[in-house]
Amino acid sequence: MRKLYIASLLIGGMALGSTASQAEDKDWGAYKVGDKLSGYTYATKETRAIQDDDFENPAQIWVDQAEGNWSSVEGEAGKSCESCHNAASDSMKGVATRYPVLNKNKAAMVNVEQQINFCRTSQMKAKAWKWESAELLGMTAFVKLQSRGMPVNVKIDGPVTPYYEKGKAFYYERRGQLDMACKHCHEDNPGKYARANLLSQGQSNGFPTYRLKWQKIGSLHRRFRGCNKNIRAQPFAYGAPEYVNLELYLNSRGQGLPVETPSVRN
Amino acid sequence: MAKVKARVKSPKSVKKGEVFQVKTLISHKMESGRRKNKKTGENIPRMIINSFACNYNGKEVFASDWHPAVSANPYMAFHVRAVDSGTLDFMWKDDSGKEYKKSAKIAVT
Ligand code: HEC
Ligand code: HEC
Repeated sequence: MRKLYIASLLIGGMALGSTASQAEDKDWGAYKVGDKLSGYTYATKETRAIQDDDFENPAQIWVDQAEGNWSSVEGEAGKSCESCHNAASDSMKGVATRYPVLNKNKAAMVNVEQQINFCRTSQMKAKAWKWESAELLGMTAFVKLQSRGMPVNVKIDGPVTPYYEKGKAFYYERRGQLDMACKHCHEDNPGKYARANLLSQGQSNGFPTYRLKWQKIGSLHRRFRGCNKNIRAQPFAYGAPEYVNLELYLNSRGQGLPVETPSVRN
Repeated sequence: MAKVKARVKSPKSVKKGEVFQVKTLISHKMESGRRKNKKTGENIPRMIINSFACNYNGKEVFASDWHPAVSANPYMAFHVRAVDSGTLDFMWKDDSGKEYKKSAKIAVT
């Protein structure tokens, strides 16, 4: 009996404590859709207050900068994002709810970061922005912000299904020295503590997010790399097909939650 | 973020005698001086904003000294009483002696 008890607390060598600080019966409004809970509902009151106020949310620094970049001409084609897309508030509305999507030659999924860089290299004849650069994070957040409050609504049928299946398989696959899958933390144990962290459902609707621990804005793939490293698994490269498929699966898992970019998390 | 950017939010117009809120946020890494470069083991020199002040028509109405425990991209909100129409001038100063400035107009009715 005693052994069994310990085994249930130790999943793959990671101690999981119980008791949630999160009030289950609180009315979370748009942040709760059926049994899907945004990471917002697991954040502390203080952190939520920062997200609630666009002025106080430090991610807006990056968004402001991106708003300027939207209309600045770069590259050999002599174009800015605005030259082709006009006002972002119209042309980018709803984009974040649909991505990742199948790329033009239907050979891979592309996320918003990759689409932005595709426009830079193919349409503007400008250099791609580096992953986790202030420019790419800011522009991704700026594009996604135009869908804020709209429900995530990714397509997973037809030719997209195989990519969705790959993403889903990744989610349930054990990996790393701790031999754990995403599921073990975010599906089986939300509301419990892993070391000092309150586990959430690991939803993707708020990215890029301003993380207090990072003291800056970061991408969903940075989060994936962190979660992989925590269980001592080899992380994949930013933008790797494995991560884009996983992103598709996560978005579909959180289908209906509102786009919350740029969120603020502990 | 290489370029330091300051943001300020204050009402455009307020009634005389009214107390209004001013919000400020500045992008700055606030390097505490207590971190080590992981590769070389050397200390990363301290580089923080060490003071912030707000002048209202040339008169100081708010001032504070900041310390290494302040997080990156510091946010500061405070209250000011409306006296006359004019300008609010904000100034942040960091360890290198650099000053970052921003101002906002206010109409007092
Ligand atoms: C020369 C014109 C041109 C420029 C400049 C341009 N784009 Fe695009 N963009 C397109 C076209 C055409 C598409 C849709 C077809 C495709 O996928 O290439 C598109 C698609 C997009 C999409 C996906 C929209 C959707 O509904 O799926 C995003 C996001 C985007 N662009 C962002 C940007 C950003 C950000 C910039 C500036 C850094 C930019 N674009 C610059 C032409 C341009
Ligand atoms: C050992 C436990 C653990 C595992 C396994 C794990 N994570 Fe996490 N994850 C965390 C912790 C702790 C956090 C930060 C608190 C929170 O939001 O749960 C987090 C946060 C996240 C977030 C951010 C949620 C938000 O609202 O900002 C996402 C997304 C995420 N994880 C995805 C994944 C994916 C995908 C996998 C599998 C590749 C994974 N995690 C595996 C512990 C784990």
